[in-house]
Amino acid sequence: MSSNQRVLMKGNEALAEAAIQAGCHHFFGYPITPQTEVAAYMAKRLPKIGGTYLQAESEVAAINMVLGAASAGIRAMTSSSSPGISLKAEGISYIAGSDLPCLIINVQRGGPGLGGIQPSQSDYWQATRAPGHGDLHALVFAPSSIQEMVDMVFDAFDLADQYRMPSMILADGMLGQMMEPVVFPEKSVNPVDKSSWALTGHQGKRAHHIVNSLYLQPDELEKNVKERFERYELIKSKEARAEEYLVEDAQLVVVAYGATSRIVRSAINTARGKGIKVGMIRPLTLWPYPSSVIAKAAETAQAFLTVEMSMGQMVDDVRLAVNGKKPVAFFGHTGGVIPTPAEVLAEIEKMTGGDR
Amino acid sequence: MAKMTVRENLCKGCGLCVEVCPKKIIFLDKSKLNVKGYHPATVIEMDSCIGCAMCAIMCPDCAITVEK
Amino acid sequence: MAVVYDRPHALLDVPTHYCPGCTHGIIHKLVAQALDDLGVEGKSIGVAPVGCSVMAYNYFGCDMVEAPHGRAPAVATGLKRARPENVVFTYQGDGDLAAIGTAETVHAATRGENITVIFVNNAIYGMTGGQMAPTTLPGQVTQTTPYGRDVNQIGFPIRVCEMLSTLSGVAYAERVTVDSVPNIRKAGAAIKKAFTAQIENKGFSIIEVLSTCPTNWGLTPSEALGWLRENMIPYYPLGVYVDRTEKGVRP
Repeated sequence: MSSNQRVLMKGNEALAEAAIQAGCHHFFGYPITPQTEVAAYMAKRLPKIGGTYLQAESEVAAINMVLGAASAGIRAMTSSSSPGISLKAEGISYIAGSDLPCLIINVQRGGPGLGGIQPSQSDYWQATRAPGHGDLHALVFAPSSIQEMVDMVFDAFDLADQYRMPSMILADGMLGQMMEPVVFPEKSVNPVDKSSWALTGHQGKRAHHIVNSLYLQPDELEKNVKERFERYELIKSKEARAEEYLVEDAQLVVVAYGATSRIVRSAINTARGKGIKVGMIRPLTLWPYPSSVIAKAAETAQAFLTVEMSMGQMVDDVRLAVNGKKPVAFFGHTGGVIPTPAEVLAEIEKMTGGDR
Repeated sequence: MAKMTVRENLCKGCGLCVEVCPKKIIFLDKSKLNVKGYHPATVIEMDSCIGCAMCAIMCPDCAITVEK
Repeated sequence: MAVVYDRPHALLDVPTHYCPGCTHGIIHKLVAQALDDLGVEGKSIGVAPVGCSVMAYNYFGCDMVEAPHGRAPAVATGLKRARPENVVFTYQGDGDLAAIGTAETVHAATRGENITVIFVNNAIYGMTGGQMAPTTLPGQVTQTTPYGRDVNQIGFPIRVCEMLSTLSGVAYAERVTVDSVPNIRKAGAAIKKAFTAQIENKGFSIIEVLSTCPTNWGLTPSEALGWLRENMIPYYPLGVYVDRTEKGVRP
C-alpha cells in the first residue's frame, strides 16, 4: 500500500496494516470476536513479506510468543478482545517486568465473563490500573477514528521501544468493525538501538544478555521497580495527550474517549446550536492520563460529565483530576449498548438546565 | 600419573564422586568445612588416580578437574 | 598433564543454588557441553522455566530469557520465529512442562517448532518444597500426596515422550537418565543429537532426563539414584521414542 493514498479500510484491518508499516512483521494471535480481522489480515499479508503470522494455541501462548520475539529485539504484537486480554495478563506483567517493548491491541467487547460481542469500554480499569499483576503500567492509547488507529499504532510502537514497555491500543468493537478512509503516513520507522539488551546470541563478542523479571532480594526488586516508576513519571510528564473541543468557554465539560467521543461530539454540536456552553476533553492516552488538561478545565468549567460504554470506570480518573473542585457526573451504557447522541444531549441539558 | 583437583568452595559434599570412583580414593573430609558449610571431597593416595574422570562427570557442581 | 575433564565453556564459572546431589547440575553440564561441541554457544538463546531451574539464566553462558511458568515453549517459539538463525532451547521441569505448560509443550511439538526442549523429570515439585508433580509415581508420597499418589483419586502420571511421539512435528524424542557415568554419556549424546536436529532444521526435539530430588524425596544423593533406578525407570522406560532426524518432519 503506497503512502499518502486515501483508502477505505475497516478498523481492524487498518490496525494490522499500520503495524506492518511500522515495522512489525511478527504477529501472534488467537481468534476472538470482534478483533479477528486483525489476525486474518496479518495471515494474508505477513507471509508475503517474509514475516511471521502464527495462530497460537491460546491467548496465553500468543502473548508469550510476543515476549520471546520482543526479547529478540524485534517489533512484535498480538491482538485480542476483552476475555482474551485477561488471559494475556500474565504475559503482559512479565513483559513489563522484563522491560520489553511490544504492542497489544484490545478491541473491547462487553463483559464480565464471556459477556457479549458488541462494543464496550469496560476494560478501562484493567488497561490503566492492572493490565497484569504487580506494580506496572502499559502505555494505553485510545483512538476514536480509523485514521487515529493508524497513527497511534506508529506512536505506540515508537514509545514502547523508547521506554521499553508494553503499549496497548484500547479500541472497541465499533472502531474495529467500521470503515473509514485513511491515509497511511509517510513515516520512516525509527529503530531504537536495542543492542544493549536484546537476545541475539553473544557471538563470543560480549557477556551474555539476560531478559528476566525475577529478583529474589526484596531490596533489589524494590530498586528495580522504583527505577521503572521513575521512567513512568517521565512518561506522565511528557506523553499524556488529549484533544480539547470547545472547552475554553464551556460551563460543562464532557469527558469521553474512543468511539463514545464521536457520539458526544455530535451531542455537543447540537447543544451548541441551542446555545449551551458545553465542550469536550477527549483523552488520547489513557495511561498516562491527561489529568492536567482536566485540572485546568476545572478552574473555569462549572461541572463535568463523563460518558462511557461501561458502568463508569474512567470517571475515577476524571474525579481524581478534578480533585473535588467541581461536581463530576457519569452517564453510560454497558454490555454492548451504545449511548445515543439524543441521550447524551439529554444529560447535557439536564446538567446545564437546558437552553441558556 | 593422573590428578584430580577439587575446587573446595564449589563442592556441596554430596558424595556422588566418592560413590563412583573405581579406585575408592575419594572421601569427604569431615575435618574441614568449606565456605558453604559442607565437608568437601578430597583424595587420599593421588598416586592411585587413573584419570578416568568418572568423579568429574558425576559431579553436579563442576567442582572437579581431572588431568592425566 | 593434559586436562581430561573440565567445566564446559558454555557453563559459567559460578556456584549453583541446587541442593547437594541434585542432578540438575549434571544436566546443565551436558547441555553446555553440547553447545561447546557444536560450537553454537555464541548463537544460542536459552529459555529458563519456573521451578528449581528458574535461575538457569545465571548459569548458562549463552543469552537467556526467563519465561513465565510453563510458557517456555511459547517464548522459545517467539524467539525462534524472530531469529531462525539462532539456536533456541528451553530447560524445563516436570511441573512446568507437563502440568501448567502442557498446552505450550504439545503445540510447539505439533507445529514442529524448530527448538530443543530439555525436560527434567524428577517426579516432584522441588522449588515449592516437594508437592505432587504430573509425573509423580503411583503411591509416591509427596507433601500433597501424604498417603501416596492415589491414582483412583488423582489419576496417572504422564509419560511425556510417549505422548509426544504421537505428534508428527516431533523430529526427535528420547528419554535418558544421569544415574551413572555410562548413562550420563548416553544422555550427553542424546542432547547433542537433539541440538543437531534443530541446527539441521529437522523439527521439534525433546530430551527427557530422569533426574533426582534427594531433598524432597528424603533420601541421600546416592540413595536417590537407587530410587530412580528402581522406581522411575520401570515406569518411564529409557530409549528413543521418535527419530525423524533423517528426513525431518516437514514434507
